[in-house]
Amino acid sequence: MNTKVIKQEQENITKQSLLSTLATYKPALWLIPFALFFYLFQIAPMVWVFINSFIYEEEWSIENYQEIFDSAFILQSFHNSLWISFWSSLVGLILAGLLVSSLRHLNSRIKEAMIAFTNMSSNFAGVPLAFAFIIILGTNGAVTLLLQKWGLIEDFNLYSSWGLLTLYIYFQIPLGALLLYPAFDALKKDAYEAAALLGASPFQYWVKIGFPILSPALLGTFIILFANAIGAYASVYALTSGNYNMVTIRIASLVSGDLFLEPNLAAAISVLLMLLLAFITAINQWLIARSYHGK
Amino acid sequence: MENNKLFLHKGIVYGISTLLLIPILATFIYSLSSSWGATILPDGFSLKWYGALLTDPRFIDAFGRSLFICIASLLLATVLVLPMIFVVFYYYPKLDKVMNLLILLPFAVPPVVSSVGLLQLYADSTFQLIGTPWILVGTYFTIALPFMYRAIANSFTAINLKDLIDAAHLLGASTTKAFLLIILPNLKKGLLASLFLSFSFLLGEFVFANILVGTRYETLQIYLYNMRQTSGHFTSALVMTYFAFIFLCTWLASRLTRGNNL
Repeated sequence: MNTKVIKQEQENITKQSLLSTLATYKPALWLIPFALFFYLFQIAPMVWVFINSFIYEEEWSIENYQEIFDSAFILQSFHNSLWISFWSSLVGLILAGLLVSSLRHLNSRIKEAMIAFTNMSSNFAGVPLAFAFIIILGTNGAVTLLLQKWGLIEDFNLYSSWGLLTLYIYFQIPLGALLLYPAFDALKKDAYEAAALLGASPFQYWVKIGFPILSPALLGTFIILFANAIGAYASVYALTSGNYNMVTIRIASLVSGDLFLEPNLAAAISVLLMLLLAFITAINQWLIARSYHGK
Repeated sequence: MENNKLFLHKGIVYGISTLLLIPILATFIYSLSSSWGATILPDGFSLKWYGALLTDPRFIDAFGRSLFICIASLLLATVLVLPMIFVVFYYYPKLDKVMNLLILLPFAVPPVVSSVGLLQLYADSTFQLIGTPWILVGTYFTIALPFMYRAIANSFTAINLKDLIDAAHLLGASTTKAFLLIILPNLKKGLLASLFLSFSFLLGEFVFANILVGTRYETLQIYLYNMRQTSGHFTSALVMTYFAFIFLCTWLASRLTRGNNL
C-alpha cells in the first residue's frame, strides 16, 4: 500500500515540476522566431564556412589551406589588405584623435555641429564615396589638376595602393571621431590644471597623464577601424572594379565571379581572415589589460 | 599665448573638416555643372542632371526596390527584436550579457564572409531565395539587429520595467496588454531613432546586394554601380540625391535621441 501511495505522489511531484518548468520556459517561446532567423542568416552561414573550409573534393582535408599558402596571388591579397588596413587605421585614428582633442577647446555650438557633421559623413562610404573620389582625384579630377598645377604632385594614380589608402583614411576619420568623442570626456580639465600647477609642461601632461588615460579607448578604436577596413569591399570594388588584389575581393570573386567558382577555397580564406581579426583583437585586449586602466 | 593655442585648435578642427567636406562639396558642384572637363573649375551650371535622374524610370524603380527591402527588413527586425528584448529583460535578465555578445557577430563577421555561406546554403533551396529580395530582407535584419538591440535595450534600462508590469498586473492587465499599452509607448523614441539609423545604413548596403542578388533585383546601390560608365555629372546627381536622403534619416534619428534625453 505504501509503495503505491509513494509512487502516486512521486508521479504527482514530477508532473507538477514538469508543469512548473514548462511555465517558467513559456516566455522563452517568444525567443524562438528571433533565434530561428538569427540562426538562418547569421550562424548557419558561419558554420557552413567553417566546416566547408576543411572539405576538399568531398573529403576532409586541409588542402584548401595549403592552396592558400602555396598561392602567391592569395598571399599578396592578404598583404595588401593588411597594409591598407593598418596604415588607414593608424592615420585615421591620429587625425580623428587630433580632431576630437582640439574640438574640446572650442565652444559647444561648434562642437555640436561637428558631431552632427561627422555623423553625417560617416555615412559617406562605399560606392558613393568611390565615385566622389573618382570625380575629385581621378586622372582628370579637379583636385588632381589643382595639385599638379601647384607642382605638389606629378602624377597621382587613384587606382593604386596609395589612392586606395587615401580613400580608406577618408572613411576611417569620421568613424574614429564618433568612437573617440565619449572617451575624451574622461580627460578632466582639473587633471591638466593640477599637472600644470605642479610644473608639468603640456608635453609631460600628455605623456604621463592624457595618453595613459586614453590608451584603452585608442586601442579599442584602432581595432574597430582595423576590422572595418579589412572587411571593406564596396569602396575598393567600385573604385577598381575588383582589379585590386584584396582579401575581400578574392573571396567574392571565388563565389560570384565569372570564372571557376571555388566556394570552399573562399571559405578557407574567410576562416583565415577571421582568425587574423581574432588574433589582432587578442593582442589588443592584452595591451589594454597592461595599460593604465587595467592595473 | 592662449589666443595662439585657440588658433591652433581651430586650425586643426577646420582643417580636418575641410578635408572631409571636399569630396562631398566637389560631388555637389559636379552634379550642378553643365560640363566640367579637364579644368579646375566647371564651365557653367544647370539642373539638367537632376532632371535627367528624376525622370529616369530605372532610377525610380531602383529607389522603390531599395525602399521596399529596407522597410520590409526593418518591419521583420521590429517584429522579431521587440518581443525578444522584452522577454530577455523581464524574464531572463541574465541573457542580456549573452545577447550583447551575439549582436557583435554581424559586426565581427564581414558581409563578404557571410555571403559565402549564404550563397551555398540557399543556392538550391526549394523556395527560391538567392537572386530575390527575400534573402536581403533576412540578411538586413542581422545588420539592423545591433543598432536596434542597443537602442531599445537602453530604453528598457531607462524605465522601471518590473514595477510597471507588476502595477499593470495588479490592475488586471495581462502581460501582453501591459507590454502593448504601457511598455511600447515608452520605447517609441528609442525604437524610432534606431529605425532611422538602421534605415540610412541599409540604404547604403552594397556587399550583400551585389553578391547575393546583383542585377536580378536592381537596388539603389546596384543601380549606382551600374551607372558608373555614364556621365560623371549624372552619377554625382545620383550620389547627392542619395546623400540628401541619408542626411534626412540621420537628422531625424539624432533629433529623436536628443529628445529622449530631455
